[in-house]
Amino acid sequence: MRTQPIDQVAAGLPAETKTAVYEGSKIGHEKRTKLLFDHYGDPNRLRTLAGEIKQHVVENLDTYLPAVEARLVANGAKVHWAATAEAACEAVYSILKARGAKKLVKAKTMVSEEIELADYLEKRGIEALETDLGEFIVQLDHDHPSHIIKPIIHKNRRQIAELFEKSGLGAYDDEPGMITQRARQFLRHKYLEADAGLTGANFVVAESGRLVIVTNEGNSRFCLAATRCHIALVGIEKILPRDRDLALFLNLLARSGTAQQLTVYNEFILGPRAAGQPDGPDEMHVIFVDNGRTDVLASDCREILRCIRCGACLNTCPVYRKIGGHSFPWVYSGPIGAILTPQFMGVQHEPALPFASSLCGACGEVCPVKIDIPKILLELRSDVKKADAREHKNRLEKLGFRAFAWMMTHPRIFEMAGRIGRSMGWPSGNKGPMGAWLSERDLPPLPAHSFRDLWRRR
Amino acid sequence: METPLVSRDYILHRIRTALGRGAGQAVADPPPARIRVPQVSMELRVASMLERVRALAGEAVASSDPCAVVANLIAGKTALASNAPYLAECGICGLPGVRSGITGREELREICATVDIGITSADYALADTGTLVLLSSPREARMISLLPPAHIAVVPRERILTGLDELFALLPNPAEASSSMVLITGPSRTADIEQILVRGVHGPGQLTVIVV
Repeated sequence: MRTQPIDQVAAGLPAETKTAVYEGSKIGHEKRTKLLFDHYGDPNRLRTLAGEIKQHVVENLDTYLPAVEARLVANGAKVHWAATAEAACEAVYSILKARGAKKLVKAKTMVSEEIELADYLEKRGIEALETDLGEFIVQLDHDHPSHIIKPIIHKNRRQIAELFEKSGLGAYDDEPGMITQRARQFLRHKYLEADAGLTGANFVVAESGRLVIVTNEGNSRFCLAATRCHIALVGIEKILPRDRDLALFLNLLARSGTAQQLTVYNEFILGPRAAGQPDGPDEMHVIFVDNGRTDVLASDCREILRCIRCGACLNTCPVYRKIGGHSFPWVYSGPIGAILTPQFMGVQHEPALPFASSLCGACGEVCPVKIDIPKILLELRSDVKKADAREHKNRLEKLGFRAFAWMMTHPRIFEMAGRIGRSMGWPSGNKGPMGAWLSERDLPPLPAHSFRDLWRRR
Repeated sequence: METPLVSRDYILHRIRTALGRGAGQAVADPPPARIRVPQVSMELRVASMLERVRALAGEAVASSDPCAVVANLIAGKTALASNAPYLAECGICGLPGVRSGITGREELREICATVDIGITSADYALADTGTLVLLSSPREARMISLLPPAHIAVVPRERILTGLDELFALLPNPAEASSSMVLITGPSRTADIEQILVRGVHGPGQLTVIVV
């Protein structure tokens, strides 16, 4: 079988990374299945409803966005818009600059990974510190996260303990509790010194302007409670129509992502600190980020904008389990990454990704908003085939098939070709003009006599 | 660089083009929200609340004398109680080692960063998930349930709702009273390192719920 670029990256992975990713994603998937089916008679009905609600939002984004903007402004937040990654980074930077802020603590947000915010700010002299334990470790190691919600699924505790020792966070100790304690102590001071806190938002409610932020560690709570300025980076597709929809979505998100009934901390933010509240930010900024989303909206794969970034499709995917998130070229990995990346970056840019799937359908079965991931992957494959680059490569193949068709419809020519073939030998192996084609296919051997010969001799 | 307003109109224009619509076209109604509020007796709610908190490795007790339970838990440690009137009514603010009545931002941060235990009440609790619902206000600061390594919440039983659905059936009223509402379900935790569960990452690693 022909290898793809993704296989080459995967082949270079150390065995311990492969084991870590395989075990981690498998556990996540098994727990999720048990929790969903234990608590709900028919979780598929919930997935259908959640998918319909999100699809409704996507189909009506032009109305929902101005509505949520008006609510946010009424709640005392400032709203910014960014069409590109660069514009989003710039928006964050100008907010910080206006306040003279030098130190930013940030909770985990996929949008900030997309726009490579931390690098942008560091280059301009602003410390942008990751506070999610996994993201903190990734930042310390100048590495990249490899899973939407478990960023260090590819690292084992020994590697982390060595990193902490190297970074001056204490002598080697690979007990996860100790590693966590050390990160806690280090980050605690950072929160209290920080000038601003940055988060994403899991949901933004149109009718109330409520931002919902979900974490297990409590780091996003810290980013808000301890600092004077809250900045939220929000993809334009994150909207839900009503507060009451949150009951369904928070249940599905926690169960699908981490197999919990509810995530430990669910925060509902309606604006900056009110008069008399002794803590919380004085200023609140919400930046709506497009960065390719309107292109997706215009494409055939609009339904991918339903995605709530739970990671369930990664955990269940046999390909992800084997190759891990780093084999994927962008911040989103697994089945959802195989769709989002070519959609955001252009099909020509990442033509191999939609093929990094066995089309087993497992991702489509677990998706909490019922995105038909296998179907979209198939459609993307067809898009790739149609793309110009591919057309050019296939010109020779097409010519060959045209000649073959002509030969097959002219009996005399066909007979003559058979004779030539028998005397000169059938093309085989992977050398010569047909080498590339034959490297993946075997022609059946030519019989010693043709059917016509046998018929005549009868 | 584009001004924010230009970006806004540009993005909205692209969305309308993608959807093939003019400005101001009416939106169809979304599919109905799914809210199921079961009828559950108060006894069963209390039992479920205690059971769920324990299942998440928190401690949970039902008691008619919360002051005595808290005194027992403090046992020589230091604590900061929130300004919730209910805690004062219970006599918790008068216990030795317990400070209370803090209103200044800096003072609050300093004390929260040094005490062993933070004590709060809760505006609501959710029985089926063992969740505490706290609304930020001058009476209930965010830091107290976040900074200290241990959190004790004292909850009158009549505030226990059946679950998330019932809370959202009450919305917007509870959350509109505050710019920040938080749901706390168990101690702070992570499984980032080899999927091994560790408690007390940034928030408290110990959680005690006292249902009165």
